[in-house]
Amino acid sequence: MFERISLRRRLVNQLMLGLLFAGAILAAVPFFFISWYVLQKGLGALSVEFFTQTPVGPGQQGGGMANAIVGSSIMLTLASLLGIPWGMAAGIYLSEYGRGKTAQTLRFAVDLLTSVPSIVVGIFIYGVIVIHFGFSAYAGGAALAVIMIPIVARSTEEILKLTPQHIREAGLGLGLPRWRVILRIVLPGSRAALLTGVMLALARVAGETAPLLFTALGNQFFSHSLSEPTSSLPVQIYNFAKSGYPDMEAMAWGGALVLVLFVFIINLVTRALMGMRWN
Amino acid sequence: MRSSDKLFYYLLKTLAWGVVGLLAAMVLVVLWMSWEALGHFGLRFFVDASWDSWREEFGALAFIYGTLVTSFIAVLLAVPVSLAVALYLNELAPPWIARPLGFFVEMLAAIPSIVYGLWGLFVLAPFLRDHVQPLLATYLGFLPFFQGPQMGVGLLGAGVILAIMIIPTIASISREVFKSVPESLREAALGLGATRWEMLRIAVLRVALSGVMGAVVLGLGRALGETMAVTMLIGNRPQIVWSLFESGQTMASILANQYAEADSSLHLSALTAVGLALFVVSLVINSLARWIIWRMQRVV
Repeated sequence: MFERISLRRRLVNQLMLGLLFAGAILAAVPFFFISWYVLQKGLGALSVEFFTQTPVGPGQQGGGMANAIVGSSIMLTLASLLGIPWGMAAGIYLSEYGRGKTAQTLRFAVDLLTSVPSIVVGIFIYGVIVIHFGFSAYAGGAALAVIMIPIVARSTEEILKLTPQHIREAGLGLGLPRWRVILRIVLPGSRAALLTGVMLALARVAGETAPLLFTALGNQFFSHSLSEPTSSLPVQIYNFAKSGYPDMEAMAWGGALVLVLFVFIINLVTRALMGMRWN
Repeated sequence: MRSSDKLFYYLLKTLAWGVVGLLAAMVLVVLWMSWEALGHFGLRFFVDASWDSWREEFGALAFIYGTLVTSFIAVLLAVPVSLAVALYLNELAPPWIARPLGFFVEMLAAIPSIVYGLWGLFVLAPFLRDHVQPLLATYLGFLPFFQGPQMGVGLLGAGVILAIMIIPTIASISREVFKSVPESLREAALGLGATRWEMLRIAVLRVALSGVMGAVVLGLGRALGETMAVTMLIGNRPQIVWSLFESGQTMASILANQYAEADSSLHLSALTAVGLALFVVSLVINSLARWIIWRMQRVV
């Protein structure tokens, strides 16, 4: 009654399933190699000085990346001040009022802005800010904000759409104006998820290097004001990595470890917040 | 509508359309800044491979070549691996493997580009130089692609690091696409006596083909614009050569290398024109990818 599956078909089946498994393993391998090297080479470079000192010249002992860490924090703060409210406003608009063709256009534009190469964002900010005011933390923060806005907008929209419609209707039924329903009922109800979206956007821009190269430039010392060239962790890693001096390269690994830990911890915490949904 | 509601609505609407404004302003500013170079060189700019800031001779062809070659290598290497991991995680793996494995692949997307660059420069490039390039030269050395100096850094090195970086993009979108294939198709294939691989081929891959194309194009878009890792691995010499072992320069990497230190306004403008080309190409590629995915999701 049942014809047995031919040997050739069975072999092909086994071979292809094996290849798929091998490919899946191969895809995960780089994660381990990169994590391992960053951890192993980075740990040796971390010390108290690393977090408290500015860089010293090649061949000298000591020094750290304190100015880069502070610079990155400042520019991330500036980027958040502009990028989070703007992005969230756009996201709320798309979720609460976005219907029809115009909303589709808006969504498309937001997606396109997400996919603009970050170095092009750097050129844009160079043309708008740096040409007139020079390299500064403001310019770097603005570049990072432009990258944050569409990410925050999209995540906000996705999250608010999950709020059941009857919650809005309940609020409106009580006679609350729509803006109060959104601000007092819809947003607070998704607080944890919204925070998650914002944190992920922050993690994403924290590692951005290209848009800072010619907006914030870099600085071997602490900057005295926000309108001066400012150091950042990623740009400092880049400069150290191509310096050719072993002690600076070691510092670069230390910086990479700090950056990767920051990004991974945010990702892990947000995943935990979202209820351990790994798929 | 109440007036407070109106105010809120228009505030949100303005900020939302401000995102479109931002995109438009970006196009205009980049276009305006590249005007001098485009006026000076015309369309010759895009077919000329000379780049000499002393003689002020600028052409983008060598960078376009570098971008195309590295992105092509990246897609060629990343597509089979991404499809394998997407199929395996979605269709074959038991949950206790699929969860952690999926997590590791997703975390690849979270690693900053500069960290890929650092790892690529100090770990991957020496590995390619000592173990991969000698093999390629020995067995495929009769091809012009695998001749010349074995340095690790170069077009091949940049292509490999790009491949690793776009795997999570292609894999995660492919997984979405595979998920949208109706279960009944899989059951029908198995019911007709197909082996599991035949089921995957007939009922999943073939049905999802156009969506997978979208995922690949999106991965290509990411590879084209990727800057730091490529800058650190490509060797930074603008040249058009057959050998993948040789150094090159991409549209993104020339910007990272020279933009902050441009010698003259024509030099700056020429660099911006390279950025404009990169911008336009990435807008086109990403629009195409989203259109393909959108159309596929409407059909299934």
